[in-house]
Amino acid sequence: MKQKAVVLNPKDNVATALADLKAGDILELEVGGETQEVKLTTDVPSGHKFSLSKIESNSPVIKYGEVIGIATTTIEPGDYVHIHNVVSTRGRGDLERGKE
Amino acid sequence: MSFLGYHCQNGSVGTRNYIGIISTVTCANDVTWWISQQVKGCAPFLHDQGCGQTQPDIDQVTRTLISLGWNPNLAGVLLVSLGCESVLVDKIADGIAESGKPVEKIVIQKVGGAIAALSQGSRLAQSMVADASKIKREEFPDSELVLGVKCGASDTTSGLTSNPAAGAACDLLIDKGGTCIFGETTEFMGAEHILTRRAATPQVANKIIDIVTRMEKRATAMGFDMRGGQPTTGNIAGGLTTIEEKSLGAIAKGGTKPIQDVYEYGERPQGKGLFIVDTPGREPEFLTALGAAGAQVIIFSTGLGAPQGFPFIPVIKVTGNPITYERLPVHLDVFIELADKAGSSIARAGEALYQEVLAVASGKQTKAEIINYGNFPHIFTVGPVI
Repeated sequence: MKQKAVVLNPKDNVATALADLKAGDILELEVGGETQEVKLTTDVPSGHKFSLSKIESNSPVIKYGEVIGIATTTIEPGDYVHIHNVVSTRGRGDLERGKE
Repeated sequence: MSFLGYHCQNGSVGTRNYIGIISTVTCANDVTWWISQQVKGCAPFLHDQGCGQTQPDIDQVTRTLISLGWNPNLAGVLLVSLGCESVLVDKIADGIAESGKPVEKIVIQKVGGAIAALSQGSRLAQSMVADASKIKREEFPDSELVLGVKCGASDTTSGLTSNPAAGAACDLLIDKGGTCIFGETTEFMGAEHILTRRAATPQVANKIIDIVTRMEKRATAMGFDMRGGQPTTGNIAGGLTTIEEKSLGAIAKGGTKPIQDVYEYGERPQGKGLFIVDTPGREPEFLTALGAAGAQVIIFSTGLGAPQGFPFIPVIKVTGNPITYERLPVHLDVFIELADKAGSSIARAGEALYQEVLAVASGKQTKAEIINYGNFPHIFTVGPVI
């Protein structure tokens, strides 16, 4: 059977859906050779991300083993992770404008 | 392995054998287009620059047009000028002529206007095509290839499959002594620390940091969060949340080899191996930079389905998104399936993509070439139109 989601690096705290997933789906994910189970709290479209563990507000979101942004709120395991709860730290002219 | 290419007069090798009809200024685009449609065997280069700009941009446009003229896929060049533009047609002609190729020019204001320019330009182009058509394809080693890599209309599959496969194809070509060029500096943001580790020298690492800093300053100067512009609305719909996430997937298309040097927009990299050209990520500007850098073939990785080709360079469209591949066979050349064991499947996909590069270099037509999509590139400029 094809994978429904993938974790790209053992350091990651998010997984990427490879199919449209539904709230309540339980996913078995291979993370660094071990299997981890995550239950989705919301629907997650194919290609989008969900949390593997609790991510505190203002802490880094990690994919490819690298920081891809900062959580703007507490993200629970199985939560959908996207622009509603993650901001970029780069190209933020809005923040620079605030400093002036 | 080898490919069948065209020996260009300056010793470089083309994968196509066009006469380039190159507009020097936006005002000459119509005549450029007419000639290219009148005379078979021609490829137009149209753009919106060449006049009413500050000196750095006039220099950048001049440099880019000269470098495009040097592209090995052009056996000769006919420049189409209005006559009063800021860029100097004679300077561009001289710059291209240094390549050893035949260069002709037609100046619309001097020959009596657009219709006369069409007539005289078409006769010049016809004669140049007749000469170029005598050149036969011959066998050349892979090391003669300059491969450009690009990603566009990216989604999550780009970073998972098509970009790593493009990167694997780059690695194969560099192992055979060839050259690969990538860029899209905006999409280094958040991933520059990975690229600097691969810099051939500390100076090259510094250049990478410098171009990213410069591009980020341009983006933030407007006082807004650049999300929506980068990543684009389509990228976000495809699952990419931040520029960092997009960048980490995007840099995979450059493979894993050492980065030999970093060049300015419109420059021609010297030597073999992997190079960066400083450009924004948008297709029309970046494809032009690859053409100027001497790419004879381009791999273009896409998630959502970008259609663009380039007037005189075959652009191979590759996707890892099965829905896009099913929906847009008109634009996509290669599909890469995400397998359970991602590492080995990427290596296989890279090999298959590499074979496609050799086939296309030898004359196989890409989807974009067949439907003639990609005639409206741009030249990147940094200052205002004045």
